[in-house]
Amino acid sequence: MKQGLYTIRRSRALTEDIFELCLSGDTASITAPGQFVNIKVDGCFLRRPISVCDWDKESLTLVFKTVGEGTALLAGMREGGTLDLLCGLGNGFDVSRCGKKTLLLGGGLGAAPLYGLAKTLLQAGARPVAVLGFNRKEDIFYEREFRALGIETAIVTVDGSAGVKGFVTDALPDTCDVFCACGPMPMMKAVYAALPTPGFFSLEERMGCGFGACMGCSCKTKAGYQRVCKEGPVFAKEELLW
Amino acid sequence: MVNTSVELSGIRLENPIIPASGTFGYGYEFAGLYDINCLGTFSFKGTTLEPRFGNPTPRIAETSAGMLNAVGLQNPGVQQVIAQELPRLRGVFHKPVMANVSGFSVEDYARTCALLDREEQVGWLEVNISCPNVHGGGMSFGTSPESAAEVTRAVKAVTTKPVYMKLSPNVTDIAAIAKACEAAGADGISLINTLQGMRIDPKTRRPVLANQTGGLSGPAIFPVAVRMVYQVYEAVRIPVIGMGGVSTARDVIELMLAGATAVEVGAANLVDPFACRNIIDDLPRVMEQYGIQDLKEIIGGAHHG
Repeated sequence: MKQGLYTIRRSRALTEDIFELCLSGDTASITAPGQFVNIKVDGCFLRRPISVCDWDKESLTLVFKTVGEGTALLAGMREGGTLDLLCGLGNGFDVSRCGKKTLLLGGGLGAAPLYGLAKTLLQAGARPVAVLGFNRKEDIFYEREFRALGIETAIVTVDGSAGVKGFVTDALPDTCDVFCACGPMPMMKAVYAALPTPGFFSLEERMGCGFGACMGCSCKTKAGYQRVCKEGPVFAKEELLW
Repeated sequence: MVNTSVELSGIRLENPIIPASGTFGYGYEFAGLYDINCLGTFSFKGTTLEPRFGNPTPRIAETSAGMLNAVGLQNPGVQQVIAQELPRLRGVFHKPVMANVSGFSVEDYARTCALLDREEQVGWLEVNISCPNVHGGGMSFGTSPESAAEVTRAVKAVTTKPVYMKLSPNVTDIAAIAKACEAAGADGISLINTLQGMRIDPKTRRPVLANQTGGLSGPAIFPVAVRMVYQVYEAVRIPVIGMGGVSTARDVIELMLAGATAVEVGAANLVDPFACRNIIDDLPRVMEQYGIQDLKEIIGGAHHG
Protein backbone atom coordinates (compact mmCIF):
# COMPACT_ATOMS: atom_id res chain seq x y z
CA MET A 1 0.00 0.00 0.00
CA LYS A 2 1.11 3.50 -0.77
CA GLN A 3 -0.46 6.88 -0.09
CA GLY A 4 -0.09 9.53 -2.77
CA LEU A 5 -1.63 12.30 -4.79
CA TYR A 6 -2.89 11.43 -8.26
CA THR A 7 -3.86 13.80 -11.05
CA ILE A 8 -7.08 13.30 -13.00
CA ARG A 9 -6.17 13.01 -16.68
CA ARG A 10 -9.60 12.07 -17.95
CA SER A 11 -13.09 11.90 -16.51
CA ARG A 12 -16.07 10.65 -18.49
CA ALA A 13 -19.47 9.04 -18.10
CA LEU A 14 -19.74 5.53 -19.54
CA THR A 15 -23.45 5.15 -18.80
CA GLU A 16 -26.07 7.04 -16.83
CA ASP A 17 -24.42 6.15 -13.52
CA ILE A 18 -21.08 4.54 -14.37
CA PHE A 19 -18.02 6.76 -14.66
CA GLU A 20 -14.42 6.35 -15.66
CA LEU A 21 -11.51 8.24 -14.13
CA CYS A 22 -8.01 8.01 -15.59
CA LEU A 23 -5.37 9.09 -13.08
CA SER A 24 -1.63 9.58 -13.29
CA GLY A 25 0.70 8.85 -10.40
CA ASP A 26 2.83 6.15 -8.81
CA THR A 27 1.27 2.72 -9.38
CA ALA A 28 4.20 0.61 -8.14
CA SER A 29 2.07 -0.65 -5.24
CA ILE A 30 -0.43 -2.32 -7.60
CA THR A 31 0.74 -5.89 -7.99
CA ALA A 32 -2.34 -7.78 -9.23
CA PRO A 33 -5.62 -7.18 -11.03
CA GLY A 34 -8.57 -7.04 -8.63
CA GLN A 35 -6.80 -4.86 -6.07
CA PHE A 36 -8.40 -1.57 -5.12
CA VAL A 37 -7.64 1.99 -4.11
CA ASN A 38 -9.23 3.99 -1.31
CA ILE A 39 -9.98 7.57 -2.28
CA LYS A 40 -10.27 10.63 -0.05
CA VAL A 41 -13.23 12.66 -1.26
CA ASP A 42 -13.46 16.26 -0.06
CA GLY A 43 -16.58 16.61 2.06
CA CYS A 44 -16.74 12.96 3.14
CA PHE A 45 -15.15 11.52 6.27
CA LEU A 46 -14.38 8.01 5.07
CA ARG A 47 -12.50 7.16 1.91
CA ARG A 48 -14.23 5.43 -1.00
CA PRO A 49 -12.89 2.00 -2.01
CA ILE A 50 -12.85 1.54 -5.80
CA SER A 51 -11.39 -1.40 -7.70
CA VAL A 52 -8.59 -0.84 -10.18
CA CYS A 53 -9.89 -1.42 -13.71
CA ASP A 54 -6.59 -1.04 -15.53
CA TRP A 55 -3.11 0.29 -14.84
CA ASP A 56 0.36 0.74 -16.24
CA LYS A 57 3.56 2.14 -14.72
CA GLU A 58 2.34 5.67 -14.19
CA SER A 59 -1.40 5.67 -14.67
CA LEU A 60 -4.50 3.86 -13.54
CA THR A 61 -8.11 3.69 -14.64
CA LEU A 62 -10.98 3.47 -12.19
CA VAL A 63 -14.55 2.65 -13.19
CA PHE A 64 -17.20 3.22 -10.55
CA LYS A 65 -20.92 3.65 -10.08
CA THR A 66 -22.56 6.60 -8.38
CA VAL A 67 -24.37 5.00 -5.45
CA GLY A 68 -24.27 7.87 -2.96
CA GLU A 69 -22.83 11.22 -2.01
CA GLY A 70 -19.14 10.31 -2.22
CA THR A 71 -19.24 8.63 -5.60
CA ALA A 72 -21.39 11.47 -6.96
CA LEU A 73 -18.71 13.94 -5.84
CA LEU A 74 -16.06 11.77 -7.49
CA ALA A 75 -18.04 11.70 -10.73
CA GLY A 76 -18.08 15.47 -10.67
CA MET A 77 -14.26 15.74 -10.45
CA ARG A 78 -12.69 17.34 -13.50
CA GLU A 79 -9.49 16.87 -15.43
CA GLY A 80 -6.46 18.44 -13.76
CA GLY A 81 -7.83 17.92 -10.24
CA THR A 82 -5.95 15.78 -7.73
CA LEU A 83 -7.07 12.92 -5.52
CA ASP A 84 -5.46 11.48 -2.37
CA LEU A 85 -5.33 7.69 -2.79
CA LEU A 86 -4.27 4.73 -0.75
CA CYS A 87 -3.11 2.62 -3.66
CA GLY A 88 -2.55 -1.11 -4.16
CA LEU A 89 -4.88 -2.40 -1.44
CA GLY A 90 -5.94 -5.98 -0.86
CA ASN A 91 -5.18 -9.23 -2.60
CA GLY A 92 -6.28 -9.37 -6.22
CA PHE A 93 -6.63 -12.27 -8.65
CA ASP A 94 -3.68 -14.66 -8.65
CA VAL A 95 -3.01 -15.12 -12.35
CA SER A 96 -0.65 -18.05 -11.65
CA ARG A 97 -3.66 -19.99 -10.32
CA CYS A 98 -5.81 -19.21 -13.37
CA GLY A 99 -5.93 -21.67 -16.25
CA LYS A 100 -5.29 -21.47 -19.96
CA LYS A 101 -9.00 -20.93 -20.48
CA THR A 102 -10.16 -18.62 -17.73
CA LEU A 103 -13.78 -17.57 -17.71
CA LEU A 104 -14.38 -13.99 -16.60
CA LEU A 105 -17.86 -13.41 -15.21
CA GLY A 106 -18.87 -9.82 -14.58
CA GLY A 107 -22.16 -8.53 -13.25
CA GLY A 108 -22.75 -4.81 -13.81
CA LEU A 109 -19.90 -2.79 -12.38
CA GLY A 110 -18.16 -6.10 -11.61
CA ALA A 111 -16.87 -6.08 -15.18
CA ALA A 112 -14.42 -3.30 -14.27
CA PRO A 113 -11.68 -5.24 -12.43
CA LEU A 114 -12.07 -8.11 -14.91
CA TYR A 115 -10.80 -5.86 -17.68
CA GLY A 116 -7.40 -5.50 -15.98
CA LEU A 117 -7.48 -9.21 -15.24
CA ALA A 118 -8.15 -10.01 -18.91
CA LYS A 119 -5.13 -7.94 -19.95
CA THR A 120 -2.89 -9.58 -17.36
CA LEU A 121 -4.04 -13.05 -18.42
CA LEU A 122 -3.36 -12.27 -22.08
CA GLN A 123 0.14 -11.08 -21.19
CA ALA A 124 0.66 -14.36 -19.34
CA GLY A 125 -0.30 -16.29 -22.48
CA ALA A 126 -3.75 -17.43 -21.37
CA ARG A 127 -6.92 -17.17 -23.46
CA PRO A 128 -9.62 -15.66 -21.27
CA VAL A 129 -13.29 -15.61 -22.26
CA ALA A 130 -15.68 -12.99 -20.86
CA VAL A 131 -19.38 -13.11 -20.05
CA LEU A 132 -20.65 -9.72 -18.94
CA GLY A 133 -24.14 -9.26 -17.56
CA PHE A 134 -26.09 -6.01 -17.28
CA ASN A 135 -29.65 -5.03 -16.46
CA ARG A 136 -30.37 -3.27 -19.77
CA LYS A 137 -28.67 -2.26 -22.99
CA GLU A 138 -28.15 1.26 -21.61
CA ASP A 139 -26.09 -0.11 -18.72
CA ILE A 140 -23.50 -1.84 -20.87
CA PHE A 141 -19.97 -0.46 -20.62
CA TYR A 142 -16.53 -1.63 -21.79
CA GLU A 143 -17.96 -4.14 -24.32
CA ARG A 144 -15.82 -2.57 -27.02
CA GLU A 145 -12.77 -2.46 -24.73
CA PHE A 146 -13.06 -6.17 -23.93
CA ARG A 147 -13.51 -7.06 -27.61
CA ALA A 148 -10.57 -4.82 -28.55
CA LEU A 149 -8.36 -7.10 -26.46
CA GLY A 150 -9.29 -9.83 -28.93
CA ILE A 151 -11.13 -11.99 -26.43
CA GLU A 152 -14.45 -13.68 -26.90
CA THR A 153 -16.99 -11.51 -25.06
CA ALA A 154 -20.62 -12.49 -24.53
CA ILE A 155 -23.15 -9.91 -23.40
CA VAL A 156 -26.18 -10.80 -21.30
CA THR A 157 -29.00 -8.48 -20.24
CA VAL A 158 -31.75 -9.16 -17.74
CA ASP A 159 -34.40 -7.54 -19.96
CA GLY A 160 -33.05 -9.01 -23.18
CA SER A 161 -32.44 -5.60 -24.79
CA ALA A 162 -28.96 -6.72 -25.85
CA GLY A 163 -27.20 -10.07 -26.19
CA VAL A 164 -28.60 -13.13 -24.47
CA LYS A 165 -31.63 -12.54 -22.26
CA GLY A 166 -31.03 -13.57 -18.67
CA PHE A 167 -28.10 -13.78 -16.28
CA VAL A 168 -24.42 -14.63 -16.79
CA THR A 169 -25.27 -18.19 -15.75
CA ASP A 170 -27.49 -18.41 -18.88
CA ALA A 171 -24.52 -17.85 -21.19
CA LEU A 172 -21.79 -20.01 -19.72
CA PRO A 173 -19.44 -21.66 -22.25
CA ASP A 174 -19.24 -25.47 -22.30
CA THR A 175 -15.84 -25.66 -20.66
CA CYS A 176 -13.35 -23.59 -18.74
CA ASP A 177 -10.40 -24.32 -16.48
CA VAL A 178 -10.97 -21.64 -13.88
CA PHE A 179 -13.50 -18.84 -13.45
CA CYS A 180 -13.12 -15.38 -11.93
CA ALA A 181 -16.31 -13.59 -10.90
CA CYS A 182 -17.17 -10.14 -9.72
CA GLY A 183 -20.68 -8.77 -9.35
CA PRO A 184 -23.70 -8.57 -7.08
CA MET A 185 -24.06 -11.26 -4.42
CA PRO A 186 -27.05 -13.11 -6.00
CA MET A 187 -25.09 -13.45 -9.25
CA MET A 188 -21.98 -14.69 -7.46
CA LYS A 189 -23.95 -17.27 -5.47
CA ALA A 190 -25.60 -18.45 -8.69
CA VAL A 191 -22.17 -18.83 -10.29
CA TYR A 192 -20.92 -20.68 -7.20
CA ALA A 193 -23.78 -23.14 -7.55
CA ALA A 194 -23.58 -23.48 -11.34
CA LEU A 195 -19.88 -24.06 -11.96
CA PRO A 196 -18.05 -27.13 -10.69
CA THR A 197 -14.64 -25.79 -11.80
CA PRO A 198 -12.24 -24.01 -9.45
CA GLY A 199 -12.77 -20.30 -9.28
CA PHE A 200 -12.30 -16.98 -7.57
CA PHE A 201 -14.77 -14.40 -6.32
CA SER A 202 -14.16 -10.73 -5.68
CA LEU A 203 -16.26 -9.66 -2.71
CA GLU A 204 -17.58 -6.29 -1.71
CA GLU A 205 -18.26 -4.91 1.77
CA ARG A 206 -18.67 -1.55 3.46
CA MET A 207 -15.23 -0.64 4.74
CA GLY A 208 -13.84 1.64 7.38
CA CYS A 209 -10.16 1.87 6.60
CA GLY A 210 -9.54 -0.43 3.62
CA PHE A 211 -6.16 -1.62 4.89
CA GLY A 212 -6.91 -4.11 7.64
CA ALA A 213 -7.00 -1.97 10.77
CA CYS A 214 -10.65 -1.64 11.79
CA MET A 215 -12.24 -5.08 11.23
CA GLY A 216 -15.21 -3.34 9.62
CA CYS A 217 -15.38 -5.70 6.63
CA SER A 218 -14.75 -9.14 8.15
CA CYS A 219 -16.26 -12.27 6.69
CA LYS A 220 -16.27 -15.84 7.91
CA THR A 221 -14.33 -18.22 5.67
CA LYS A 222 -13.10 -21.79 6.00
CA ALA A 223 -9.74 -20.36 7.03
CA GLY A 224 -11.38 -18.39 9.84
CA TYR A 225 -12.18 -14.70 9.98
CA GLN A 226 -10.82 -12.80 7.01
CA ARG A 227 -10.90 -9.14 6.13
CA VAL A 228 -12.38 -8.38 2.71
CA CYS A 229 -9.99 -5.40 2.45
CA LYS A 230 -6.81 -7.23 3.46
CA GLU A 231 -6.96 -10.99 2.81
CA GLY A 232 -9.54 -10.25 0.07
CA PRO A 233 -11.29 -8.85 -1.82
CA VAL A 234 -10.57 -11.89 -4.00
CA PHE A 235 -11.20 -15.26 -2.35
CA ALA A 236 -10.86 -18.75 -3.81
CA LYS A 237 -14.14 -20.63 -4.13
CA GLU A 238 -13.04 -23.30 -1.65
CA GLU A 239 -12.41 -20.68 1.05
CA LEU A 240 -16.01 -19.42 1.06
CA LEU A 241 -18.77 -20.72 3.30
CA TRP A 242 -21.62 -20.32 0.79
CA MET B 1 13.66 22.44 21.90
CA VAL B 2 10.21 21.80 23.31
CA ASN B 3 9.51 18.86 25.60
CA THR B 4 6.71 16.57 24.44
CA SER B 5 7.18 13.83 27.04
CA VAL B 6 4.52 12.91 29.58
CA GLU B 7 4.21 10.22 32.23
CA LEU B 8 1.43 7.69 32.75
CA SER B 9 1.59 5.91 36.12
CA GLY B 10 5.39 6.02 36.33
CA ILE B 11 6.02 5.08 32.70
CA ARG B 12 7.48 7.84 30.56
CA LEU B 13 6.02 8.42 27.09
CA GLU B 14 8.16 10.25 24.55
CA ASN B 15 4.99 12.05 23.47
CA PRO B 16 1.34 11.77 24.51
CA ILE B 17 0.09 10.25 21.24
CA ILE B 18 -1.58 6.83 21.54
CA PRO B 19 -3.53 5.17 18.72
CA ALA B 20 -6.84 4.11 20.21
CA SER B 21 -7.93 0.52 20.56
CA GLY B 22 -9.76 -0.91 17.56
CA THR B 23 -8.21 1.48 15.07
CA PHE B 24 -4.68 0.12 15.11
CA GLY B 25 -5.08 -3.68 15.30
CA TYR B 26 -2.00 -5.17 16.97
CA GLY B 27 0.20 -2.63 15.21
CA TYR B 28 1.59 -4.50 12.23
CA GLU B 29 -0.66 -3.04 9.50
CA PHE B 30 0.86 0.33 10.43
CA ALA B 31 4.37 -0.97 11.09
CA GLY B 32 4.53 -1.74 7.37
CA LEU B 33 3.95 1.96 6.66
CA TYR B 34 6.15 3.74 9.20
CA ASP B 35 8.24 3.03 12.29
CA ILE B 36 5.54 2.87 14.96
CA ASN B 37 8.18 3.30 17.68
CA CYS B 38 7.64 7.03 17.25
CA LEU B 39 4.32 6.62 19.14
CA GLY B 40 3.99 7.32 22.85
CA THR B 41 2.47 3.83 23.00
CA PHE B 42 -0.62 2.26 21.44
CA SER B 43 -3.71 0.56 22.77
CA PHE B 44 -4.15 -2.76 21.07
CA LYS B 45 -7.38 -4.27 19.72
CA GLY B 46 -9.96 -4.92 22.46
CA THR B 47 -9.28 -8.41 23.77
CA THR B 48 -11.74 -10.76 25.43
CA LEU B 49 -11.37 -14.06 27.25
CA GLU B 50 -12.82 -16.06 24.35
CA PRO B 51 -12.34 -15.44 20.61
CA ARG B 52 -15.09 -13.36 19.03
CA PHE B 53 -16.21 -12.87 15.44
CA GLY B 54 -18.15 -9.75 16.31
CA ASN B 55 -21.30 -8.48 14.66
CA PRO B 56 -22.64 -9.25 11.20
CA THR B 57 -21.80 -6.77 8.42
CA PRO B 58 -22.40 -3.95 7.50
CA ARG B 59 -20.46 -2.80 10.53
CA ILE B 60 -19.56 0.66 9.26
CA ALA B 61 -21.68 3.70 8.37
CA GLU B 62 -20.53 7.17 7.52
CA THR B 63 -21.79 10.33 9.22
CA SER B 64 -21.07 14.02 8.92
CA ALA B 65 -17.53 14.47 10.25
CA GLY B 66 -17.38 10.96 11.53
CA MET B 67 -18.49 7.37 11.35
CA LEU B 68 -20.48 4.72 13.15
CA ASN B 69 -18.96 1.34 13.84
CA ALA B 70 -20.53 -1.81 15.20
CA VAL B 71 -17.60 -4.20 14.91
CA GLY B 72 -18.54 -5.87 18.19
CA LEU B 73 -15.09 -6.65 19.58
CA GLN B 74 -13.85 -9.06 16.95
CA ASN B 75 -10.64 -10.51 18.37
CA PRO B 76 -8.86 -13.86 18.57
CA GLY B 77 -9.21 -14.18 22.35
CA VAL B 78 -6.62 -13.55 25.05
CA GLN B 79 -4.81 -16.91 24.73
CA GLN B 80 -4.19 -16.36 21.03
CA VAL B 81 -3.22 -12.72 21.63
CA ILE B 82 -0.56 -13.88 24.09
CA ALA B 83 0.62 -16.80 21.96
CA GLN B 84 0.63 -15.12 18.55
CA GLU B 85 -0.06 -11.39 18.47
CA LEU B 86 2.24 -10.24 21.28
CA PRO B 87 5.35 -12.09 20.01
CA ARG B 88 4.74 -10.61 16.55
CA LEU B 89 4.13 -7.19 18.07
CA ARG B 90 7.47 -7.36 19.91
CA GLY B 91 9.16 -7.51 16.51
CA VAL B 92 7.80 -4.11 15.47
CA PHE B 93 7.20 -2.20 18.71
CA HIS B 94 9.79 -1.92 21.46
CA LYS B 95 7.98 0.13 24.06
CA PRO B 96 5.43 -0.84 26.71
CA VAL B 97 2.04 -1.36 25.06
CA MET B 98 -1.42 -0.68 26.43
CA ALA B 99 -3.55 -3.83 26.64
CA ASN B 100 -7.22 -3.10 26.00
CA VAL B 101 -9.54 -5.60 27.68
CA SER B 102 -13.28 -6.22 27.42
CA GLY B 103 -15.59 -8.69 29.06
CA PHE B 104 -19.10 -9.97 29.57
CA SER B 105 -18.90 -10.59 33.31
CA VAL B 106 -16.78 -9.28 36.15
CA GLU B 107 -14.99 -12.63 36.21
CA ASP B 108 -14.24 -12.38 32.46
CA TYR B 109 -12.48 -9.09 32.98
CA ALA B 110 -10.46 -10.42 35.90
CA ARG B 111 -9.39 -13.61 34.14
CA THR B 112 -8.35 -11.79 30.96
CA CYS B 113 -6.42 -9.17 32.93
CA ALA B 114 -4.74 -11.83 35.06
CA LEU B 115 -3.41 -13.50 31.92
CA LEU B 116 -2.19 -10.23 30.41
CA ASP B 117 -0.63 -9.22 33.74
CA ARG B 118 2.13 -11.77 33.13
CA GLU B 119 3.13 -10.24 29.82
CA GLU B 120 6.23 -8.12 30.16
CA GLN B 121 5.47 -5.82 27.25
CA VAL B 122 2.11 -4.81 28.67
CA GLY B 123 2.68 -1.47 30.39
CA TRP B 124 -0.91 -0.64 31.29
CA LEU B 125 -4.30 -2.32 31.22
CA GLU B 126 -7.05 -0.28 29.65
CA VAL B 127 -10.30 -1.84 30.79
CA ASN B 128 -13.13 -1.14 28.39
CA ILE B 129 -16.41 -0.94 30.30
CA SER B 130 -17.95 1.09 27.52
CA CYS B 131 -18.30 -0.89 24.27
CA PRO B 132 -21.72 0.10 22.88
CA ASN B 133 -21.79 -2.73 20.32
CA VAL B 134 -22.01 -5.90 22.35
CA HIS B 135 -24.94 -7.34 24.19
CA GLY B 136 -24.91 -8.56 27.75
CA GLY B 137 -21.71 -6.81 28.81
CA GLY B 138 -19.55 -4.06 27.46
CA MET B 139 -21.16 -0.72 28.07
CA SER B 140 -23.53 -1.95 30.77
CA PHE B 141 -20.60 -2.09 33.23
CA GLY B 142 -19.69 1.50 32.51
CA THR B 143 -23.09 3.08 32.97
CA SER B 144 -23.41 2.79 36.76
CA PRO B 145 -20.85 3.80 39.42
CA GLU B 146 -21.42 0.52 41.30
CA SER B 147 -20.70 -1.85 38.42
CA ALA B 148 -17.79 0.28 37.20
CA ALA B 149 -16.29 0.04 40.68
CA GLU B 150 -16.93 -3.68 40.84
CA VAL B 151 -14.99 -4.32 37.62
CA THR B 152 -12.20 -2.00 38.80
CA ARG B 153 -11.82 -3.87 42.09
CA ALA B 154 -11.86 -7.28 40.40
CA VAL B 155 -9.16 -6.25 37.93
CA LYS B 156 -7.00 -4.50 40.51
CA ALA B 157 -7.02 -7.67 42.60
CA VAL B 158 -5.29 -9.68 39.87
CA THR B 159 -2.72 -7.25 38.49
CA THR B 160 0.17 -5.08 39.55
CA LYS B 161 0.03 -3.12 36.29
CA PRO B 162 -1.58 0.30 36.22
CA VAL B 163 -5.29 -0.02 35.42
CA TYR B 164 -7.06 2.62 33.31
CA MET B 165 -10.83 2.31 33.19
CA LYS B 166 -12.21 3.27 29.78
CA LEU B 167 -15.53 5.03 30.25
CA SER B 168 -18.60 5.49 28.14
CA PRO B 169 -19.96 8.93 27.25
CA ASN B 170 -23.47 7.44 27.11
CA VAL B 171 -24.19 8.34 30.74
CA THR B 172 -25.81 11.18 32.65
CA ASP B 173 -23.02 11.74 35.20
CA ILE B 174 -19.55 10.86 33.94
CA ALA B 175 -17.87 12.38 37.02
CA ALA B 176 -19.69 10.04 39.40
CA ILE B 177 -18.52 6.99 37.44
CA ALA B 178 -14.94 8.24 37.26
CA LYS B 179 -14.96 8.88 41.01
CA ALA B 180 -16.30 5.39 41.70
CA CYS B 181 -13.46 3.89 39.64
CA GLU B 182 -10.89 6.00 41.48
CA ALA B 183 -12.30 4.97 44.86
CA ALA B 184 -12.14 1.32 43.77
CA GLY B 185 -8.42 1.66 43.04
CA ALA B 186 -8.18 2.63 39.36
CA ASP B 187 -4.82 4.16 38.42
CA GLY B 188 -6.34 6.29 35.69
CA ILE B 189 -9.38 7.03 33.57
CA SER B 190 -9.56 6.79 29.84
CA LEU B 191 -12.39 8.47 27.93
CA ILE B 192 -14.47 8.81 25.83
CA ASN B 193 -15.53 5.67 24.06
CA THR B 194 -17.95 6.15 21.15
CA LEU B 195 -21.39 7.74 21.40
CA GLN B 196 -24.30 5.52 20.49
CA GLY B 197 -25.86 6.42 17.16
CA MET B 198 -27.82 5.13 14.18
CA ARG B 199 -28.22 5.74 10.44
CA ILE B 200 -31.16 4.68 8.29
CA ASP B 201 -30.93 4.25 4.52
CA PRO B 202 -33.94 5.99 2.91
CA LYS B 203 -33.69 3.63 -0.10
CA THR B 204 -34.04 0.43 1.92
CA ARG B 205 -35.83 2.11 4.84
CA ARG B 206 -33.71 0.00 7.17
CA PRO B 207 -30.85 0.81 9.55
CA VAL B 208 -27.53 0.85 7.67
CA LEU B 209 -25.78 -1.23 10.33
CA ALA B 210 -26.69 -4.88 10.75
CA ASN B 211 -26.45 -4.25 14.51
CA GLN B 212 -28.85 -1.32 13.96
CA THR B 213 -26.92 0.96 16.34
CA GLY B 214 -23.23 1.72 16.41
CA GLY B 215 -20.65 3.92 18.09
CA LEU B 216 -20.07 7.40 16.72
CA SER B 217 -16.46 8.53 16.43
CA GLY B 218 -14.51 11.12 14.49
CA PRO B 219 -14.27 14.93 14.68
CA ALA B 220 -18.05 15.14 15.27
CA ILE B 221 -17.56 13.98 18.89
CA PHE B 222 -14.48 16.06 19.76
CA PRO B 223 -16.35 18.76 21.73
CA VAL B 224 -18.08 16.05 23.77
CA ALA B 225 -14.68 14.57 24.58
CA VAL B 226 -13.31 17.96 25.65
CA ARG B 227 -16.29 18.54 27.92
CA MET B 228 -16.12 15.09 29.54
CA VAL B 229 -12.35 15.14 30.03
CA TYR B 230 -12.77 18.56 31.63
CA GLN B 231 -15.44 17.27 34.00
CA VAL B 232 -13.54 14.11 34.95
CA TYR B 233 -10.31 16.04 35.54
CA GLU B 234 -12.20 18.14 38.09
CA ALA B 235 -13.63 15.05 39.77
CA VAL B 236 -10.57 12.81 40.21
CA ARG B 237 -6.88 13.05 41.11
CA ILE B 238 -5.71 10.13 38.95
CA PRO B 239 -4.48 10.78 35.38
CA VAL B 240 -6.92 11.00 32.50
CA ILE B 241 -6.27 9.75 28.99
CA GLY B 242 -8.42 11.80 26.64
CA MET B 243 -9.81 10.70 23.30
CA GLY B 244 -12.70 11.29 20.93
CA GLY B 245 -12.36 12.78 17.46
CA VAL B 246 -8.76 13.94 17.82
CA SER B 247 -7.14 14.47 14.44
CA THR B 248 -4.60 17.31 14.78
CA ALA B 249 -1.82 18.46 17.12
CA ARG B 250 -4.05 21.38 18.02
CA ASP B 251 -6.76 18.95 19.18
CA VAL B 252 -4.15 17.21 21.36
CA ILE B 253 -3.28 20.50 23.05
CA GLU B 254 -6.95 21.33 23.57
CA LEU B 255 -7.68 17.98 25.19
CA MET B 256 -4.60 18.30 27.43
CA LEU B 257 -5.74 21.75 28.51
CA ALA B 258 -9.05 20.12 29.45
CA GLY B 259 -7.15 17.69 31.66
CA ALA B 260 -5.72 14.83 29.60
CA THR B 261 -2.23 13.58 30.45
CA ALA B 262 -2.10 11.62 27.21
CA VAL B 263 -4.31 11.56 24.14
CA GLU B 264 -5.61 8.69 22.05
CA VAL B 265 -6.29 9.02 18.34
CA GLY B 266 -8.94 6.73 16.88
CA ALA B 267 -11.01 7.21 13.74
CA ALA B 268 -8.37 9.49 12.20
CA ASN B 269 -6.10 6.42 11.76
CA LEU B 270 -8.69 4.80 9.52
CA VAL B 271 -8.88 7.72 7.12
CA ASP B 272 -5.20 8.57 7.17
CA PRO B 273 -2.94 5.71 8.22
CA PHE B 274 -0.19 8.27 8.86
CA ALA B 275 -2.39 10.41 11.15
CA CYS B 276 -0.52 9.65 14.39
CA ARG B 277 2.91 10.10 12.86
CA ASN B 278 1.81 13.40 11.33
CA ILE B 279 0.42 14.63 14.66
CA ILE B 280 3.71 13.70 16.38
CA ASP B 281 5.70 15.50 13.67
CA ASP B 282 3.49 18.59 13.94
CA LEU B 283 3.37 18.75 17.73
CA PRO B 284 6.61 20.70 18.43
CA ARG B 285 5.73 23.37 15.87
CA VAL B 286 2.16 23.73 17.15
CA MET B 287 3.42 23.86 20.75
CA GLU B 288 5.71 26.74 19.81
CA GLN B 289 2.83 28.45 18.09
CA TYR B 290 0.93 28.46 21.41
CA GLY B 291 4.01 29.31 23.48
CA ILE B 292 4.25 25.87 25.09
CA GLN B 293 7.74 24.69 26.09
CA ASP B 294 6.84 21.66 28.17
CA LEU B 295 3.67 19.77 27.29
CA LYS B 296 3.28 18.39 30.84
CA GLU B 297 2.74 21.89 32.13
CA ILE B 298 -0.47 22.44 30.19
CA ILE B 299 -2.32 19.39 31.57
CA GLY B 300 -5.57 20.73 32.99
CA GLY B 301 -4.45 24.26 32.16
CA ALA B 302 -7.97 25.35 31.28
CA HIS B 303 -9.04 24.87 34.89
CA HIS B 304 -6.72 27.45 36.43
CA GLY B 305 -7.35 31.12 36.86
